[in-house]
Amino acid sequence: MRFLLRRVLFYALTAWAAITINFFIPRLLPGDPVTALMGRMQGRIDSQAEHSLRVLFGLDQDTSMGQQYVEYWGLLLRGDLGLSFTHFPTPVADIVNQSLPWTVGLVGVATIIAFVIGSLVGTFLGWRRGTWADGLLPVATFFQAVPYFWLGLITIAVLSVNLGWFPSSGSYDRGLVPEFTGEFIGSVIYYGFLPALTVVLSSVAGWVLGMRNMMVTVSSEDYVTVAHAKGLAERQVILGYAARNAVLPQVSSFALSLGFVVGGTLIMEMVFSYQGIGYALYQAVSTHDYPLMQGCFLVITLSVLVANMVADLAYALLDPRTRTEDR
Amino acid sequence: MNSRLMFLRNGKVITGLVILGFFTLLALFGPWLAPYDPNQVSDALLSPPSAAHWLGTDHTGRDILSQLVVGTRGVLVVGLVAGVSATVVGVLVGVTAGFVGGVGDESLSALSNMFLVIPQLPLIILIAAQLPSAGGLTVALVIGATGWAWGARVLRAQTLSLRKRDFVEAARANGERTWRLVLAEVMPNLTAVIASGFVGTVTFAVLSQVTLSFIGITPVSEWNWGTILFWAQNNLALQRGAWWWFVPAGACIALLGMALTLVNFGIDEIVNPRLRSTGLHARSLRRRGIRPRVGFTPVVREARP
Repeated sequence: MRFLLRRVLFYALTAWAAITINFFIPRLLPGDPVTALMGRMQGRIDSQAEHSLRVLFGLDQDTSMGQQYVEYWGLLLRGDLGLSFTHFPTPVADIVNQSLPWTVGLVGVATIIAFVIGSLVGTFLGWRRGTWADGLLPVATFFQAVPYFWLGLITIAVLSVNLGWFPSSGSYDRGLVPEFTGEFIGSVIYYGFLPALTVVLSSVAGWVLGMRNMMVTVSSEDYVTVAHAKGLAERQVILGYAARNAVLPQVSSFALSLGFVVGGTLIMEMVFSYQGIGYALYQAVSTHDYPLMQGCFLVITLSVLVANMVADLAYALLDPRTRTEDR
Repeated sequence: MNSRLMFLRNGKVITGLVILGFFTLLALFGPWLAPYDPNQVSDALLSPPSAAHWLGTDHTGRDILSQLVVGTRGVLVVGLVAGVSATVVGVLVGVTAGFVGGVGDESLSALSNMFLVIPQLPLIILIAAQLPSAGGLTVALVIGATGWAWGARVLRAQTLSLRKRDFVEAARANGERTWRLVLAEVMPNLTAVIASGFVGTVTFAVLSQVTLSFIGITPVSEWNWGTILFWAQNNLALQRGAWWWFVPAGACIALLGMALTLVNFGIDEIVNPRLRSTGLHARSLRRRGIRPRVGFTPVVREARP
């Protein structure tokens, strides 16, 4: 319990920090890109929306920083992230709401697949160290060093442009109406296959290498030797004794690598024009849509925090030491 | 001395260093080595590799090999600047946290954990996109300012385990000042960890910078490998089947990243002898008919000739 409480406290603190960073970035950076855009939009923004944009970006020069901060929090708590400049007059919150499920689905599925495959392959490689299996390590290194988006470009070039097996962009067949039917879900899976494949390909290497190194370390432990000496079957020693312990650091590093995977997935969405939050961020960047940018960052960060909390919960369930710790 | 020699005898490290050396030469002499001016347009529009243009040309007839060669400097400079700045911050925060302990430690490690959990790429994009001019150096500093946390965390753990060791206690009992304890007793034992953190940060910085250029945040007139991919993506190189446009740049990024990772493997094997004895001698163990088994770390000592 104590462990969980500490973690929840930490995440609350981090969420506060992220929101505060989001508050200060437009205020601290030199130059004022928003004022110019606001000027161009002047006639079209109604006064209440304009006020909230002023609060979000610190264009409100009359009030003190502290008061601005309070107002900023007030807007956030009401779910007001300002208006998007590009998709005028859609509120940023709406755009974010529409695109978030796509990203969560893509990252979630791809990460789970990559984690499971990577840990299994890593277990095998760690067990068979010093044999031909070590030849797979350079391959894993290569995939770890390749930027996500380039792998995306290559898969598009090969599987979509040349072979024509998969569509190269979009997230479902535009002819279909989004609803819960077999046809629509099939289309989502079909369109999502390539982006998911590239995310899996580029993130699996990290899990493989991590698990392999942990297996090498763990398999020299006494309890593994004992299990062997008891005459247990090889399989049982691997999965029941060595891998079970080696996977713990994997789960705890899950939290740290998640931010990296999310970053990569965002870029992947840009490459595939997948209508998730990364694509929204891309559009925001290329059209200088600052409210949308800020909103995307905030939502991405908060989602990552929630995912981290889930990973911590899983860790607490897996590792009894966290439960008995009485610090 | 012995461990330093071993570092250089490691095949992975040698491969990595050779590749790094190659790219360093390109970065230093790139503008003179490039066959063409990377911005010079010509009549050969989107032509595949030929004798005149080894890696073909882009949609305005610019030579892609020249763009690649000239762009190497941008990539390496950003990697280096970001790596150095992140390492300096990481060492300051990590070693301080590990050495002072108590409340200072708690707050510093909470700070670095926060930076670890907040996704870095969106944060970098957010900052870089709002800067009036996001040139190479600016991007490098932004990456450095957000990417120090991993190094700090590892260094803190290592410092914690060092500061109660006997040799540090002995120095403290001798009345050495704190800054001398840190600089002369603790720091030398952290060299490998700092080096590996530095190499890791450089890898991350290179990937981030290329990504930022690819999505068009850095000025497109500054050549680096990401800029090439930016032009390729925006001119439908994929759909036109112009593989020579986007494959070489990506391959260069992968090659550089691999070189850095290989160097890091070498450092890891020094820090963790178990990885060394299993990874380094895999082939020689097999030749001797030693099969590494569970529960045993085979130790092979070469006889002196």
